Amino acid sequence: MSVPSLVHMAIAMITAPLIFGIINRTKSLFGGREGPPLLQQYFDIAKLLQKGTVYSRTTSWVFRAGPVIGLACVLIALALLPLGPLPALCSFPGDFIVMIGLLAVMRFFTMLAAIDAGSSFEGMGASREATFSALAEPALFLCFAAISQKAASLSLSDMFLRHSGDATHGSAPAPALLAVALFVVFLAENARIPVDDPNTHLELTMIHEVMALDYGGPDLAFIFYASALKLWILGALVVNVVLSGIESAWAVLAGLFFLAIIVGAVESTMARLKLLRVPQLLIGAGALAMLTLIVAMG
Amino acid sequence: MSSWIELAVLFLILSNFALLGASRVTTLIQVAAGQGILLGLLPLLAHAKQGNLRLIAVALIAGLLKGVIFPVMLGRALREANIRREVEPFVGYSLSLILGVFALACSFWIASRLPATALFLSRKALPAAFSTILTGFFMIVARRKALTQVLGYLVLENGIYLFSISLGQKIPFAVELGVLLDVFVAVFVMGIAMFHINREFDHLDVGQLSALKD
Repeated sequence: MSVPSLVHMAIAMITAPLIFGIINRTKSLFGGREGPPLLQQYFDIAKLLQKGTVYSRTTSWVFRAGPVIGLACVLIALALLPLGPLPALCSFPGDFIVMIGLLAVMRFFTMLAAIDAGSSFEGMGASREATFSALAEPALFLCFAAISQKAASLSLSDMFLRHSGDATHGSAPAPALLAVALFVVFLAENARIPVDDPNTHLELTMIHEVMALDYGGPDLAFIFYASALKLWILGALVVNVVLSGIESAWAVLAGLFFLAIIVGAVESTMARLKLLRVPQLLIGAGALAMLTLIVAMG
Repeated sequence: MSSWIELAVLFLILSNFALLGASRVTTLIQVAAGQGILLGLLPLLAHAKQGNLRLIAVALIAGLLKGVIFPVMLGRALREANIRREVEPFVGYSLSLILGVFALACSFWIASRLPATALFLSRKALPAAFSTILTGFFMIVARRKALTQVLGYLVLENGIYLFSISLGQKIPFAVELGVLLDVFVAVFVMGIAMFHINREFDHLDVGQLSALKD
């Protein structure tokens, strides 16, 4: 447990909601509006934390446990995440599997809680989330497999640090392919635009938002904060791959904010894909990851 | 220089994925044209220092045929035969992509089993050639339209061409030109045949061939 990794945890926990602010600011810039303040997400969370909650009588403990377990899982996953030169708080061989597993547990409880609420819309959102994540998760696994094959290590900190050491030799295009695949997974997992529109509140098109429809007060604040941290984690993975070899933590942090700007630009210039096309996009990302893995092995 | 070859080979593999996942016939033609141009560039990249005139001539002819003339001919066939622009596959796009990845893995395995010859291009050229050949076969089998079958045939030929240039300068000039001429004639004849089939039957759906009786 070293000081730099504690600093990383602290930075992530403090600045994660800011990423949403940057994305929204970029989108309003594209749309010619002034947009919400950069710190809007903090205000929202603070306001929600002061409110009370109302639970429907049809719900059980699963519904109440959902946001808490989600936040807990994502916090543990954050402890496994290295960022640029900063090592993870806790690192062991195979920790990337634990990280994917934690994200899966978070998703599982979000879906269970959505079904528990007894609303047909939320059940529909849960079923969509299950379908798409079943395709996004293998792609993420393949990305990690490719990186760990290249770095000859099974722990995330080693993977990204050693990956940076020999990134210059041999196949330069491979990290670019990997970054594209990871970016698609990042967009899909965080319910961003080609897969899901975070702004829409039309029930028939929502995926992630619809599962949080029945929450209010502190629970909703937990969900907001957990999704901000999840965005930070997957974004950090993308940035780690793109900026491998850069020793400065500030550059990596700047990379994360730049990633947020890219996400905002993508959301302003693209429409949501048809639901039927989404699996194809995710399988394409998986194919790219598989290609990098094969190239790394061959 | 070798990193450029690697990049070109990687783009070839990516274009194979694009061929399997694309849903528009026009996109397929464009991707196949891109493949042709890449294949024309590859020998030039590999032998830029030697400046062999014969090699440059073959590369230019191949690039011109595969990258410009075939796509133009196929585009014309597409327009004149009034074919619907969707691919209409027998095997869906997602499954095609997964099979493409599987074929790529198999190609790398096959290439690793081959006796190591004096390889000219990068080590990935041989598996890329196999995967291109398999993609071509797959397009011939799993797509409904006669036009996409011609495209599959072209992709198959691209793979064989890549195979031959990755094995080195062993193939004589005359043979290579002969192969190119064959392909040219084949695409020409298939274009005309498609036009006639279309005039006769109003469609190019080969799935209906199985309903034929004598």
